[in-house]
Amino acid sequence: MAVLSYIEAINLAMREEMRRDPRVFVLGEDVGVRGGVFRATMGLIEEFGEARVIDTPLAESAIVGVGIGAAAYGMRPIAEIQFADFILPAVNQIVSEAAKLRYRSNGDWNCPITIRAPFGGGVHGALYHSQSVEAMFTNVPGLKVVVPATPYDAKGLLKAAIRDEDPVLFFEHKRCYRLIKGEVPEDDYTVPIGVADVKREGTDLTVISYGLTLHFCLQAAEKLAEEGISAHVLDLRTLYPLDKEAIVQAAAKTGKVLIVHEDNKEGGVGGEVAAIIAEHCLFDLDAPIRRLCGPDIPAMPFSPPLEKFFMLNPDKVLEAMRELAHF
Amino acid sequence: MTIKRHEEVGLTDAQVLDMYYYMLLARKIDERQWLLNRAGKVPFVISCQGQEAAQVGAAFALKKGKDYICPYYRDLGVVLVFGQTARDCMLAAFAKAEDPNSGGRQMPGHFSGKKLGILSGSSPVTTQVPHAVGIALGARMKQEDIVVYTSFGEGSSNQGDFHEAANFAGVHKLPVIFFCENNQYAISVPLKKQLACASVADRAIGYGFPGVSVDGNDPIEVYRVMKEAVERARSGGGPTLVEAVVYRLTPHSSDDDDRTYRSREEVEEAKKKDPLPQFASYLKQVGLLDEEKEAALHKRVQQEVDEATEYAEQAPYPAPESALAHVYAKQEGI
Repeated sequence: MAVLSYIEAINLAMREEMRRDPRVFVLGEDVGVRGGVFRATMGLIEEFGEARVIDTPLAESAIVGVGIGAAAYGMRPIAEIQFADFILPAVNQIVSEAAKLRYRSNGDWNCPITIRAPFGGGVHGALYHSQSVEAMFTNVPGLKVVVPATPYDAKGLLKAAIRDEDPVLFFEHKRCYRLIKGEVPEDDYTVPIGVADVKREGTDLTVISYGLTLHFCLQAAEKLAEEGISAHVLDLRTLYPLDKEAIVQAAAKTGKVLIVHEDNKEGGVGGEVAAIIAEHCLFDLDAPIRRLCGPDIPAMPFSPPLEKFFMLNPDKVLEAMRELAHF
Repeated sequence: MTIKRHEEVGLTDAQVLDMYYYMLLARKIDERQWLLNRAGKVPFVISCQGQEAAQVGAAFALKKGKDYICPYYRDLGVVLVFGQTARDCMLAAFAKAEDPNSGGRQMPGHFSGKKLGILSGSSPVTTQVPHAVGIALGARMKQEDIVVYTSFGEGSSNQGDFHEAANFAGVHKLPVIFFCENNQYAISVPLKKQLACASVADRAIGYGFPGVSVDGNDPIEVYRVMKEAVERARSGGGPTLVEAVVYRLTPHSSDDDDRTYRSREEVEEAKKKDPLPQFASYLKQVGLLDEEKEAALHKRVQQEVDEATEYAEQAPYPAPESALAHVYAKQEGI
């Protein structure tokens, strides 16, 4: 089986889907001859031509809005927003239009669009190239919000998103692009949207995460094992709608829960995960639910010590896990 | 006898009579909805009054059953030509389960119908304009020679979505017609506070395609301009911005009071140019209509509106728990 980077898996997913289905096309800024500023769409214009790999004018609301019209017409657009930070001009199209088209037409129309956007920090991207924006979209019924952590999941979830009959926001952690590598089957598989995944079995405490910080959790769990503490690690993979059953199961299994995400704490996805646990299995808990998240400041600053302060890392996660294990 | 202007633009006698029927039907549905609103029977009305000629003239230039439309909330005249019925409109006004636009989920005026080629719209204005461009883009990829019409008010021509969509369509030379119904007011704010340029049509130059301003009270003129735009679009010539200059004869909606921002004299003056009596007068001048035929037409429309109202009023509401349906497709996983 081939070992691919996270971004190669994303590229492969789009390539396979474009070969499989002539309705699939890509639109966004610099996605054509440049192959995307991160090179996610590299080689696609050479294989599929400029009619299906469209370098759009620099206007995010049109990238999404035009994609919505095409999706309603029966196409399968993949709209790329260059950085998740720049998705804000398109929020009206995403929330008022894509998310509500099926509902407001009483099931007559639907909007099978995939919107890809790189998010997250640790790349010297400063305030406007580092944000985690997922929480803005995780209380919008009609949308699905997906964040893969591994190359395997990235390929399978992106293929599932493209085939989905409803709009999917597909957030890719940009630090994962070249840092994270893994085995990716060459065959045609999908990973179901809405299903979380246990990435490590354990018995002493449960860690719930997604995206880049999932890897910090796995690394910390490895070290903690040397101390005789066994951590159970759940990768949410889909942030909306959440896999409530998997969350409750993972929490009840160890009775101690740490939720980890790079997005700031207040109003983040972790709050909803904690609420699900509190609603469904409070009496299975042996310790208060803990959250380890980015600080509640507007965004990640540029200066290296400030960026480092904002970002989580395996050591910060290890410390939080150890503390909870000893509660 | 006056010259038959409609023949010069390729409209038959039957077609212009049909146009008048649709204009009258739109007006009468609209007037009935106001009565129902004031009687406390329907919660909200948003009008097409004063814009019927522009709407019907535009819709007649399109191919019903083939072309797509992304209309805005005043386009009652357009959707009637495209196949919606008085009953459909009344079901929407009463928010009944059978409403084909949304099953009673949306306010009236939020037109939709997949089989008629009417894309569902929302209330934040101008969001439909990029959708029209997307439909045209999808059709080009599928090699289907459709034309997409999208409409909006002059206030909406200030929105980013208008500029972004027009620019996109211009760059890609897509078969889209941007139809601005300039009715002089964005709720209370008059044209001079909305635009610094002389006309909405002037904006087209920035996107590299033609912009044409037309008297929206004259359905034949609107048809002529639209027909040119449709031919250009269908033959690969790209988009056109058409500005139909009209006047909104009613307040913005049933919840608005226009006495707070415009004089009665101004509205009375505009009523002298009301497109309905003007067009009826033209049809009489060319010998297609007389008092007797007009009375018969009024009776037919009246009957249609009566029957639609009665049916819709008695139709069942949606079941409360049906509010939970159609969030996502039914599928595995979720």
